[in-house]
Amino acid sequence: MSKHVVVIGGGVAGLEAAGWLAKAGFDVSLVEKEETTGGHINNWFKLFPDRRVSGEVKKYLDGISINDRVKLLTGTTLTEFSRNSDHFRLITNHGKELKADAVIVATGFDLFNSARKEEYGYGIYDNVISSADLEKMFRNGLITMADGNVPKKIGMVHCVGSRDEKVGNLFCSKLCCVTAVKQAIEIKENIPESKVFCFYMDMRMGGAHYEELYREAQEKWGVSFIRGKVSEAGETINHRIVVKVEDTLAGRPLKMELDLLVLMAGMEMSKDGRRVAELAGLRTGDNRYFAPEDHHFGANVSNIEGVFYAGTCTAPMNITETISHSRAAVAEVTEYLKSGLD
Amino acid sequence: MKQEGKKAIWSEYQKEIANDKYFYVRSCIRQNFFPGSEVAFLRIMREVLWKDVYEHPCHTTCSGIGYHGDVVPVDTAMTVVARQFALMTEAGYKNYVPSCITSFGLYTEIIEIWHHFPDVEERTRLQLKKATGREFEVPENLAHASDVIYKFRKEIAAKAKYKLVNKNTGEPLKVVDHIGCHYAKMFPSKGVGGAEYPYVLAGMVEEWGGEVIDYPERRHCCGFGFRQYLVQANRGFSVACSKEKFESMKPFKPDMIITNCPGCPMFLDRWQYVINEMEGKRYGKNNEGIPVFTYEEVAGLVLGFDPWDLGLQMHQTDCEPVLQKMGIEYDPDDKYRLDIRKSNQISPDLVNVRTR
Amino acid sequence: MEKFGYTISKIRQIDYDSNDRSIADYIASGEPSFLKCIECGCCSATCTTGNFTRFSLRELNILIKRGENTQVRNNIRKCMFCGKCILVCPRGVNTRNVIALAKQAFQKAELYAV
Repeated sequence: MSKHVVVIGGGVAGLEAAGWLAKAGFDVSLVEKEETTGGHINNWFKLFPDRRVSGEVKKYLDGISINDRVKLLTGTTLTEFSRNSDHFRLITNHGKELKADAVIVATGFDLFNSARKEEYGYGIYDNVISSADLEKMFRNGLITMADGNVPKKIGMVHCVGSRDEKVGNLFCSKLCCVTAVKQAIEIKENIPESKVFCFYMDMRMGGAHYEELYREAQEKWGVSFIRGKVSEAGETINHRIVVKVEDTLAGRPLKMELDLLVLMAGMEMSKDGRRVAELAGLRTGDNRYFAPEDHHFGANVSNIEGVFYAGTCTAPMNITETISHSRAAVAEVTEYLKSGLD
Repeated sequence: MKQEGKKAIWSEYQKEIANDKYFYVRSCIRQNFFPGSEVAFLRIMREVLWKDVYEHPCHTTCSGIGYHGDVVPVDTAMTVVARQFALMTEAGYKNYVPSCITSFGLYTEIIEIWHHFPDVEERTRLQLKKATGREFEVPENLAHASDVIYKFRKEIAAKAKYKLVNKNTGEPLKVVDHIGCHYAKMFPSKGVGGAEYPYVLAGMVEEWGGEVIDYPERRHCCGFGFRQYLVQANRGFSVACSKEKFESMKPFKPDMIITNCPGCPMFLDRWQYVINEMEGKRYGKNNEGIPVFTYEEVAGLVLGFDPWDLGLQMHQTDCEPVLQKMGIEYDPDDKYRLDIRKSNQISPDLVNVRTR
Repeated sequence: MEKFGYTISKIRQIDYDSNDRSIADYIASGEPSFLKCIECGCCSATCTTGNFTRFSLRELNILIKRGENTQVRNNIRKCMFCGKCILVCPRGVNTRNVIALAKQAFQKAELYAV
């Protein structure tokens, strides 16, 4: 009989892990709290750096994860998690018991709630939106202000909820810079006559082809980059957004009115991940993410034997990295359950 | 602007404000700037709300003005503050209510220091004991006087004779609420509504019929800054701060400004005169100034106190436009007659009246 | 203001919306590589003039883009056109042409003004 692996989370990491576990000959139960799989990828329209439509990635993930060996449990969360000698006993919110030989935790991330940065007025000022809200607009092919008009002057605030002790996130979410550049270009494509400004602390363009995209945004699209974090936003009588920022390279404070302000929300350990951590007794780090046993050669290994991590539940990652991390988690499971393969 | 967003933030910043038995401490400078305000507070508390408010004759400056003016070291400030607390303790009170925002900020800061560094508190206790022989308890409840008025804003509204409404048009008056920097910027959790969207004055304005204006420079300091203003050569920077605010609020056509700090009403009021003298600019409607009030003055007006008893004649920017809009009856001839006090006796239509 | 002993301070803030950025637009249209600057400061570090006077091409780049033209106009004359800055720019900005165009733009603006 095949060994049974439970994967917690049906986003990119979970689907990839489930698909590769099935390929490796394991029976898989994939637990997903939502009614559909895919997680955050469903909310994004096009992906950096090559602007691939996110649906293509979802299609690929479905392709490898939808098969006889993977049992999909949507609308499902866990209420109990215990380990008995050589197997795990998991109880779902529907009262169902899952017996597992190994577990992959792929609970992903939550997008930072921009309202927590009170000074930007998200949820208060009409024309302050988040990067996720902008993606929805891209998907609908219509970028508008609250009054339905097309914005002509747009600002993007980097590092919202990242590198910020005030909100308890000391880490860099590392994808927001490239997301801002990608979104700035998409705004210019949709509204060619618009002016787009990126307010950044550092441009962290560390991934493959990121720097090139940044250069394209400057050279081809004329996106302006102003080094300085927006300190506060206010609303004029005409519902335009006034930002105050220091242009640190000019060494002077700068004030500007904008039609639309986009907050580049960072990534955080998900609430559900924290719940699983508590339920299972999994160790988390100072950054609240799951803490792998070793940063170099144990990035998938947890403090509980037989439980492994995949994807952004351990740190911010892009899709490429998430997929590699998931495959590595499957390799760890395979090694752990070696004796029990068909 | 979405009010729900603000309400969500306000709900996160609630603070405990004692219900009665207050030990009240006056501000050093308010008695000179706006001498009617603290008297109005005491009258409202004692005669309208029927609360026990105690004042101690031995109370001194908290030394905050010197601390922020860079002439009083923190150890000295802590010992002076400890002495004030000792007066409260000796008088048998536990709820400390400063009139001054900077005092409130300093008290908050010192209590916080003592909380994190108990050895510093011990040192202060020793210093106070050696210097004065006194001992003190840390207040159980520390609230700024505007917090207390905020707490009873509904009770005041219930007894209101006038509303913050333009009597002729029925429209709510447009009110700029300006919060003293030391109220919540240092410790957002100690202010009603937090530091970004303070609710302490906005709550009063809403309750008394007015409409709060949210303008881009609402967080900007009035420019007082203690040392900055105290040196004459630096005053250009001080007045420029107020000017930034006026320029920013002007498009919203505010009828009035309400404040809760000793310095802010002084500077927002006086600088309007200076700016007009220097540049010929005014920021209110019909080329008038924008009247600036303390929250006690506004509460007093709402309750029907005589404007001249509230000390409105001490304002440099005339308050009459607001009085007229609210439909307040007043005698213009009494404005500068300080020998009479019209409402010496509280008006009989206010309940809970008791003679003291 | 004798009466008061002080005057109202002028704000240091760059008022982006009221500034005139036509000089920047002129340079960008004639020398698109102007837009690629990432403010690394290589040009200023190697600059012959910048090592002896208060002249920084990096800073001027930003000020032109923000429309703080007065400061640029007075400073840009210091450039000796030696071309060391082109040699070191990691983004391939034709810095020499940027300065030439800036001077040209100021000259035109002055002529039109006359």
